[in-house]
Amino acid sequence: MQLNQFLVLSAFLFGTGIYGVLARRNGVLVLMSVELMLNAVNINLIAFSAFNRNVGGQVFALFVIAIAAAEVGVGLAIVLLIYRNLRSPDLDEVDQLKG
Amino acid sequence: MWEQQVAFWILAVGMAVAAIGVVRTKNIVHAALSLVVVLAGAAAQYILLAAEFVAWAQVLIYIGAVVILFLFGIMLTRAPMRDDSSRLDNDQRWAAAAVALLVFGVLVALVVDAFGGQEIRFGAELVAQGRTQAIGTDLFRVFVVPFEVVSMLLLAALVGAVVLARKD
Repeated sequence: MQLNQFLVLSAFLFGTGIYGVLARRNGVLVLMSVELMLNAVNINLIAFSAFNRNVGGQVFALFVIAIAAAEVGVGLAIVLLIYRNLRSPDLDEVDQLKG
Repeated sequence: MWEQQVAFWILAVGMAVAAIGVVRTKNIVHAALSLVVVLAGAAAQYILLAAEFVAWAQVLIYIGAVVILFLFGIMLTRAPMRDDSSRLDNDQRWAAAAVALLVFGVLVALVVDAFGGQEIRFGAELVAQGRTQAIGTDLFRVFVVPFEVVSMLLLAALVGAVVLARKD
């Protein structure tokens, strides 16, 4: 199989994730889009691990998975806090710094 | 070889459709379920690339834990379970689509330029590399310090999440 086809699939997932982060208003949906981007990176790491015959890529993908789990935990706690303080999970409402 | 190609394209199309579903659907629970399809598709791609341990870690951690966490988040923030597009998207949709297309275009151009025509060679050697034993050896021999750092980070994230979400 071509190396390219995995890289293009991963680029597509990354682009979709960027669209989601920029266009979504709900904090939980923004975190889901971040997960899409992290998965795109993981597909790249595994594809290059197979391409270069180096197991380091797979170990790195495992680290990315672990850190993504930590990130979701803290991220959802922050979204929950925003919801509790502003009565809404919408990130547009967080505008106290606006002059 | 053609079986792998067929499997890849079926999975890739399914993942692309589900990924667009995650960012475009009007129902937040459907977004979480589409995310499950993308994550399962990614796990299947790892198996296609002979990375079986990472594939099962993906299934256990992402589909098992992260998606459940997302469903808890949806529930606790009392998100509307009905279709409600006006509250889920903001008004910079077209700018976001332009940025996403630009990033996708640049990435594809770079990738095709750098790795066009290069093949991944499959064989017994690649399968042996993806075995749990090989990964465990590498993880605990070469990457043992990063591994411990990650476990400290997980602990810190756990405590941080509890502190942030606690009511008082």
